[in-house]
Amino acid sequence: MGYEIKLDIFEGPLDLLLYLIKKNEIDIYNIPIAIITEQYLEYIDVMKSLNLDVAGEYLVMAATLIHIKSKMLLPVHDDTEDEEDPREALARQLLEYQAFKEAALNLDTRDILGRDVFKREYDHEDEVDNERILDEMSVFELVEAFRTIIASIKSDEFIEIDIERMSLSDKINEIMERLTIEKVVTFSELLGPLNDKIQIIYTFLALLELVKLRLIEAYQSEPFGTIRIFLAVKQ
Amino acid sequence: MDNLKAIIEGIVFLSETPISVKKLREIIVDAEEQEILKVLHQLKQEYDERQSGLYVAEVAGGYQLRTRDTLGPWIKKFRGIKPVTLSQAAMETLAVVAYRQPIMKAEIEKIRGVDVSGTLKGLLEKNLVRVVGRKDVPGRPIIYGTTKKFLEVFNLRDLSELPTLRELKELGD
Repeated sequence: MGYEIKLDIFEGPLDLLLYLIKKNEIDIYNIPIAIITEQYLEYIDVMKSLNLDVAGEYLVMAATLIHIKSKMLLPVHDDTEDEEDPREALARQLLEYQAFKEAALNLDTRDILGRDVFKREYDHEDEVDNERILDEMSVFELVEAFRTIIASIKSDEFIEIDIERMSLSDKINEIMERLTIEKVVTFSELLGPLNDKIQIIYTFLALLELVKLRLIEAYQSEPFGTIRIFLAVKQ
Repeated sequence: MDNLKAIIEGIVFLSETPISVKKLREIIVDAEEQEILKVLHQLKQEYDERQSGLYVAEVAGGYQLRTRDTLGPWIKKFRGIKPVTLSQAAMETLAVVAYRQPIMKAEIEKIRGVDVSGTLKGLLEKNLVRVVGRKDVPGRPIIYGTTKKFLEVFNLRDLSELPTLRELKELGD
């Protein structure tokens, strides 16, 4: 088969279809479905013969193409005249994908920081060193830290809000999500503004649970110092 | 304040992330926001006029001193690092998130026609995309949006600076 395949270049079935459409100089609104389906399947065959793992998405698209092809073979009855061309949904999808491909190309032409333009480099080595000398905290030390925080707040600063019951698992998920993104969060950052007692307690219970499950680790560089929370397993 | 320009230049030079006028105002309490803004634009002009290797970039809601793109090859050599590049898959996913945020993973996959778990994770790790919350539908799926760092990296003042998809199409035609 005289096809030169650059497989890495295709970002998925839509990309392959766009490529075929461009190669055959086809009008996207009027795709000769039989020809395109045939070429598409040939590409997939080549991918398979090269023992490449053909992602499921490619096969789903193949099925879609064949389905459209079979629909087009059916005679059109007068009473179904309003029915949309079976190729229309595909054309819309292709056009939308094409628009985002262009948007991605456009993003790539901007002055990208770290590639085209640069800013001062900041030496974060000191911070890394600090992390190294941090001591892992025990649950008891965490409890002590919690007690200190609660004690430091005057009771009239609490706003009692009759909120809907918070769930501990929601809180746990929230903390895990935040840690996945921010990598390190301090104890006080997690607690947030210290005026919602229930919020503080739930956050703390969630933290204890996560420490117990060994999903997170809490570190402190000195007694009563800032408590930093990390994910136990670096993702 | 006669040394206002010098103070602002110093802070902008040292600031790790783009610094906003508001933040500058918090530091230099004696100056009005209008004044600070005026000085920032003067600085910008001065750097341009004397064709400095640096310029004042207006990005992500703040100001930042950067090296000009013409210096790129030398800076790369100086730093001895490969520039950070994003794969085409990552760029496409990022574009979808940027234009359609807040957006669910399933919606991104529908547009791109492929699984985006890996690329999305990479973008989250690079802090270009973040979790903005959960959609109030059954299953409460996570919804994603772009970060401030996205604006900083892609040299955007705010999201409205992105050309619309329609504009891009007209450019392409």
